[in-house]
Amino acid sequence: MRHLIRRLSIYLLAIWAAITLNFFLPRLAPGNPAELYFYRLETHGSINPAALKALEIEFGLNTTDSLWVQYLKYLNNLIHGNLGISITFFPSSVGDIIAQNIRWTLVLLTMSVLISFTLGTLIGVFLAWRRASALDTALSSVMMFLYSILYPWLAFMALYFLAFSLGWFPIQDAYDAATVTPGWNLDFLLNAADHAFLPALTIVVSTVAGWMLTMRNSMITTLSEDYVLMAKAKGLTSRRVMFAYAARNAILPSVTGFAITLGGIVGGSLLVEIIFNYPGVGFSLFQGIQNDDFALTQGILLLVIVAIIIMNLIADLLYAVLDPRAGQERSM
Amino acid sequence: MGASEQMEKLLEVKNLSVDYEASSGTVHAVTDVSFTLRRGEIFGLAGESGSGKSTLAYAISRLLNPPAIITGGQVLYYPPSRAERNAALLQGQAHPIADDQNGQPIDILHLSSAQLRAFRWNELAIVFQSAMNALNPVMNIGTQIIDVLKTHRPGMSGKERKQRALELLQLVGIAPDRLKSYPHELSGGMRQRAVIAIALALSPEIIIMDEPTTALDVVVQRDILAEIMRLREQFHFSVIFITHDLSLLLELADQVAIMYAGRMVEKASQRDLYNNPRHPYSYGLIHSFPTLHGPRRKASGIPGSPPDLRAVPPGCAFHPRCPLAFSACMTDLPVLRHISAASDQQAACHLYDPQFNADPPTTVAIAASYEAKVEGSSVR
Amino acid sequence: MSHSPSSHVSPASLDADGRLPSGPPPSEALTTRPASILSGVVAVLRGFWSLVTINRKVMVGSGIVGFFVLVALFGPLFIRQNPLKYTFDLIDPPSSAHWLGTNLGGQDLFSQLVVGTRASVFWAFFSGLLVLVISVTVGLVSGYFGGIVDDILSLLTSVFLVIPALPLAIVATQYFPRAEITIAVIVALTNWPWGARVLRAQTLSMRSREFVTAARAGGERTWRVIFSEILPNELSIVAASFITTTIQVLLAVAGLEFLGLGDSSIVSWGTMLNGAYTSSALILGAWWWFAPPGLCIALLGAGLALLNFGIDEFADPRLRRERPAKAAQKKAVA
Repeated sequence: MRHLIRRLSIYLLAIWAAITLNFFLPRLAPGNPAELYFYRLETHGSINPAALKALEIEFGLNTTDSLWVQYLKYLNNLIHGNLGISITFFPSSVGDIIAQNIRWTLVLLTMSVLISFTLGTLIGVFLAWRRASALDTALSSVMMFLYSILYPWLAFMALYFLAFSLGWFPIQDAYDAATVTPGWNLDFLLNAADHAFLPALTIVVSTVAGWMLTMRNSMITTLSEDYVLMAKAKGLTSRRVMFAYAARNAILPSVTGFAITLGGIVGGSLLVEIIFNYPGVGFSLFQGIQNDDFALTQGILLLVIVAIIIMNLIADLLYAVLDPRAGQERSM
Repeated sequence: MGASEQMEKLLEVKNLSVDYEASSGTVHAVTDVSFTLRRGEIFGLAGESGSGKSTLAYAISRLLNPPAIITGGQVLYYPPSRAERNAALLQGQAHPIADDQNGQPIDILHLSSAQLRAFRWNELAIVFQSAMNALNPVMNIGTQIIDVLKTHRPGMSGKERKQRALELLQLVGIAPDRLKSYPHELSGGMRQRAVIAIALALSPEIIIMDEPTTALDVVVQRDILAEIMRLREQFHFSVIFITHDLSLLLELADQVAIMYAGRMVEKASQRDLYNNPRHPYSYGLIHSFPTLHGPRRKASGIPGSPPDLRAVPPGCAFHPRCPLAFSACMTDLPVLRHISAASDQQAACHLYDPQFNADPPTTVAIAASYEAKVEGSSVR
Repeated sequence: MSHSPSSHVSPASLDADGRLPSGPPPSEALTTRPASILSGVVAVLRGFWSLVTINRKVMVGSGIVGFFVLVALFGPLFIRQNPLKYTFDLIDPPSSAHWLGTNLGGQDLFSQLVVGTRASVFWAFFSGLLVLVISVTVGLVSGYFGGIVDDILSLLTSVFLVIPALPLAIVATQYFPRAEITIAVIVALTNWPWGARVLRAQTLSMRSREFVTAARAGGERTWRVIFSEILPNELSIVAASFITTTIQVLLAVAGLEFLGLGDSSIVSWGTMLNGAYTSSALILGAWWWFAPPGLCIALLGAGLALLNFGIDEFADPRLRRERPAKAAQKKAVA
């Protein structure tokens, strides 16, 4: 219990650290990027004064407040979801943009993560059981290659060969605005899935390698443990030995790895969206970067960072449930 | 234990050999080992690390993993007589493997996987050295007992299984409220008891104990050993007791076999071995431990170290370290034979082979030769 | 099991004051003869060779990495064409004139790839080394000293471990003027926690080992104990950690460059990908623009990964695969 509380406080601390870093970074950078931003914003036209105020507070401009007061006001704005105005999508507020586009990112993410984890783990277990086969060597080598692939590059390749050249999948967007209407109808859902498939596939292909390799090595080590030998000696069926004794233990490092890889997946899906013109927050982020739209990028990134931290927390809790030894302090 | 039971053959190992294939060469872990285990007997297997004793035990139950392979020999199991089987059957404990054997032994090495699984734990169970490592860390001990019941006794209901599990815990002296405890929540001694409880679950005929007390402190060791003896009195199973601690075997075992470099070099009853160890290695082993009682004796170790099993010395593997080695020892391989026509004791040593040596040494002579060797060697 | 007090310092090796001798007498260290230098070099090379050929994975891995390092070092010397020169051969597929074709500005892509190798490999290793220095220092200090120092450093490590590296790096980089060194440093500052944690755990277990106690009993200064006694024993973990980190920073730097946060005036694999995207290379069907740089990243990463797994296999015998002789396999009964 004490251990869990300690973990929880680390996560809360991390969220606080991220928010605070977000606050300080623009003030630390050379030149004055924030002022430039403001200037560009003002040349766009008239702005909702409240939003303008929020931006001033966020970047510390036009104010005589001390740093500490600025910080408090910044936190206050955050809590109210006031993230400022975006240049790129002027005059929409950052909050609106995120709310609009996040659903697509979530769709993509959910599909990718589920497929990736299940596939990777199962393949890993299977390969470890059948060690020293030609399949194992071949697949492991392929996996090692995939492990170091840059998501956008894989997306490029997939897009070019599967969508562009062969025409098997749509090239971009989340759905075909011309042919289907959004809503809970089958046509739309199928169309959306069709569009999400290729992006999800590239994410899956890149990340499954990492999990598979972890699971495989973990399984190999676990299979040489005495308790697996004893399970065999007990005359239990191969299936029971493999799953209840071996995999059940081997999966533990995977769960931790899952949390860490999750960060990579979210980051990766951001990059993948760019290539596929998939209208999630990743794509908006990219547009923001290109336009030096600090309010937008800051808002999205903060959201992403906090989301990943929370996912890590959940994974940690999951680990505690799976491993009865987790109550003890481990320098793991 | 009746006399007839006493004499009955239970397990026969004939000329068993096991090799490990390593990229640096073939390791002959076990070479040409034969012995017979009788019902109700405690058979001790002693030797230094790397002598092959654990490999032998795992080979018997076919639990060796590649790169270890059995390269020759037989392991024959003689399931106990029908009368006893039927009695056991009436108690609701089915022994599926023994039902239609007609007194023919079962060739363990050629069983199919299904048959092997039925054989395992039903007839032969293993108590591993380190209970912490032998128990699944993410499963409570109750489930680990019930596991075997589920697999081997399909007729039992959930309630009956739980009942049996509690019975077993009680047998080994673990409180019933620990049924759902995880291994890391138990003390070292309790974990070992739990492993013993699991071993007893199906009332096997043979229990192999691989250094069951080495990882425990001496006080707990005594407890566990007493426990094992008591359970044996109650259930009449046979034990193959593996250890490097010969002094234990000299107290517990009925028969003791000494292994060196993968071969069995001496086989004798407990008394014979204690009074008259014949093979110089056995002597060296026994007299490495100071005794609490008896005359004061110089404690000698055995100079040198066991050979690399990829390159065993020609002739007798022990000859480089033996204080009584002579010319034949370096060229001719000694085989396990009775030391004399009248004796049950067997040793693999040319000293007792009339072909090579007319005058077998007495125990005193062996002692003297060791002392001479120790005196003669320089201070390391 | 009985515990015998043992010390790795036998009485004979302490000097008159009861301290450990500090090394070879100075006179020996200073004299060098040409023959011994040569044989020293040969010995090092031979040692290096036996290390590299230790198992197949290490061999292949170091081969790949070595190849890229060589190209990075010497490749640009062989390039005739100016990678930044604009020509009129726009978006040309690979031909004898341009081995990898040209991009939207008519620039030769093959020369760009080779020249880009230098930048990418250099910054990847630079950043990796930076991470190494930070994580080793934090890990060792935290593990060795314990107490409040450890508490603070561990907390810092845990917090940064949980914050995702790439998003944080993006947040930081966007405010600064675009420069490769900025990216490299920021990537290093966001990727050190993992290695630090691993090293801390290892140092903790090393700290209570006998040779450390012996060294301290012998009066060695603290920093010497850390760097001369403990660190050498952790080298394999440090090496594995370095390799893993280098893969991550390679991908991170390339990712940031792809997003346009790199210095667009220099040529690197990541900036090539960025160029390909912004010029809609895909629609133009110019696969020769985006395929090679990404392929190089993946290959270098794979080479490093192979090296890593090879070292893993070597260190943990259970992961090794012994190859049994065919004849013995046939004789197997069980």
